[in-house]
Amino acid sequence: MASSLTRVPNRAGAAVAGARATVRGGFVKQGSWADVGRAAFVGLMMIALSVAVIAIFAILAWAFVEGRTRLDLDLLTNGPSTARRATAGYSVAIVGTLQIIAGVIAVIVPLGTGAAIYLEQFADRSKWYNRLIELNIQNLAGVPSIVFGILGLAFFVRGPFSWGQVAAAGSATIALLVLPTVILASREAIRAVPSSILEGSLALGVTRWQAVRKQVLPAAFPGILTGIILAISRAIGEAAPLLLVGALTFVTFYPSFFEGGFSALPVLIYNYAGRAQVEFQILAAAGVLLMLVILLAINSVAIWLRARYERTW
Amino acid sequence: MSMTETVKGESGAMKEEVFSLRDVSVYYGNNLAVDSVNLPIYKNEITALIGPSGCGKSTILRSLNRMNDLIPGAKVTGEVKYHGEDIYGPTVDPVQVRKIIGMVFQKPNPFPKSIYDNIAFGPRTIGMKGDMDEIVENALRSAALWDEVKDRLKDNAYGMSGGQQQRLVIARAIAVSPDVILMDEPCSALDPVSTFKIEDLMNELKQSYTIVIVTHNMQQAARVADRTAFFTVSSDDEAGSRIGVLVEHDETDKIFSTPKNEKTRDYVTGRFG
Repeated sequence: MASSLTRVPNRAGAAVAGARATVRGGFVKQGSWADVGRAAFVGLMMIALSVAVIAIFAILAWAFVEGRTRLDLDLLTNGPSTARRATAGYSVAIVGTLQIIAGVIAVIVPLGTGAAIYLEQFADRSKWYNRLIELNIQNLAGVPSIVFGILGLAFFVRGPFSWGQVAAAGSATIALLVLPTVILASREAIRAVPSSILEGSLALGVTRWQAVRKQVLPAAFPGILTGIILAISRAIGEAAPLLLVGALTFVTFYPSFFEGGFSALPVLIYNYAGRAQVEFQILAAAGVLLMLVILLAINSVAIWLRARYERTW
Repeated sequence: MSMTETVKGESGAMKEEVFSLRDVSVYYGNNLAVDSVNLPIYKNEITALIGPSGCGKSTILRSLNRMNDLIPGAKVTGEVKYHGEDIYGPTVDPVQVRKIIGMVFQKPNPFPKSIYDNIAFGPRTIGMKGDMDEIVENALRSAALWDEVKDRLKDNAYGMSGGQQQRLVIARAIAVSPDVILMDEPCSALDPVSTFKIEDLMNELKQSYTIVIVTHNMQQAARVADRTAFFTVSSDDEAGSRIGVLVEHDETDKIFSTPKNEKTRDYVTGRFG
């Protein structure tokens, strides 16, 4: 179990391993040098944490100061325009992003939890193909997003699916990108449910599937939602793979999922930010805040659900 | 084979064999954990499995309702006959086995649900007929818990004391109306008062059920069990292996007063273990 996790090369894996190390550290009897070491470790962690938090707040503060004059209704209702720069907005990109995220959720929730349930509860780990699947998921979690963009271009836009440069292609690409994170987090959540719950259910003469569906999954639900929240947060900010599958910037009509050019918030922000005109710079800053608000709105549903189901053992 | 075996008990009454184990060995991977156990378990009796750590008593207990199936690489050889039928037979469904042969574990493991739902989960999931409120009440009454919890059935089971939780888990097992209840050191996490209550309950329950209990506590075996089986570890120092073996089994009185085997005598008199 430990060996399969220590290989995880991505950020989620590092967080998981760090959390486990911290918990385990508390149970080990230690001498005075170890105490010094622990204090130093905690200190380093606090510094790392504050660097991350300060950076985030610095960015947000900058975005607010820079973009505050454009936090108006035009931002939501108007499309991009080079002619009316002062009133240009993100309307088409908002719709594109919402479509993409809806598609991502529709894919990662069933596929991600399904894969996690299979790997944790049903897969026979002595079989080579199950180990291969595990290894692949862990490796995929560390693959740069641009590579997924190339995959999406070759697989969804052209190639076997040939959907063209549409929102569906962007959505499918990003779903694949964040799927490993969801699977890894869901597995961790399922594993965190005490095995006594599963054993206690099985001892009553219910099938394994009934025990998993009615006892293990509800108990793992908050953890699984955490993984989904992280995945959505990452999905909403991804620009690189969308650029590769053909996200446009100056789309002036609302896209349908499978037809017509599409745009997305991070792509448009990236484009605005690179322009010379000061109005676009302000617009980019306002876009950052807008994206954050949309992200929080989507995630608040998941956070609310998680709070409802959260419990301690 | 239809052979519900019977033997003559002390009083001359015929006793029905619920389980009969013949040459039962359990392997974990290639390691032999318990070797060739032959043991009868009689109806409406409490049979205690005692012995030092690692002697395989829990392993044997878990082979009685196929809980060992859940451990990858675990393998049972020999015959575990339940009313004459081998529960490891090719046509036997382990899920059905566990429905008939319930189990209570070392640590109370209530589900993170209300008291009511803890009991109702089993009957509901396996599709038992009948009024659920009645099933729940009967199960809680059988486990001597009804009066303590009848006013807070909707409360979370995690708010109960350890002893209450363990009785809840026993009620949960009773709710699916099993024939046998296996208990794996059910009192090891409990205080003396709660332990006394559970032992009292076991004496009640053996009127309707057959009970097999694993315990570390010899006094407990002496107090509650009708029959006792003593296991020990036979360690082969050259091979570095530790194998559990059944030394002897008999009526509890005899095991504690006039054991046939020297190892049993040493253990029950506290000279080792």
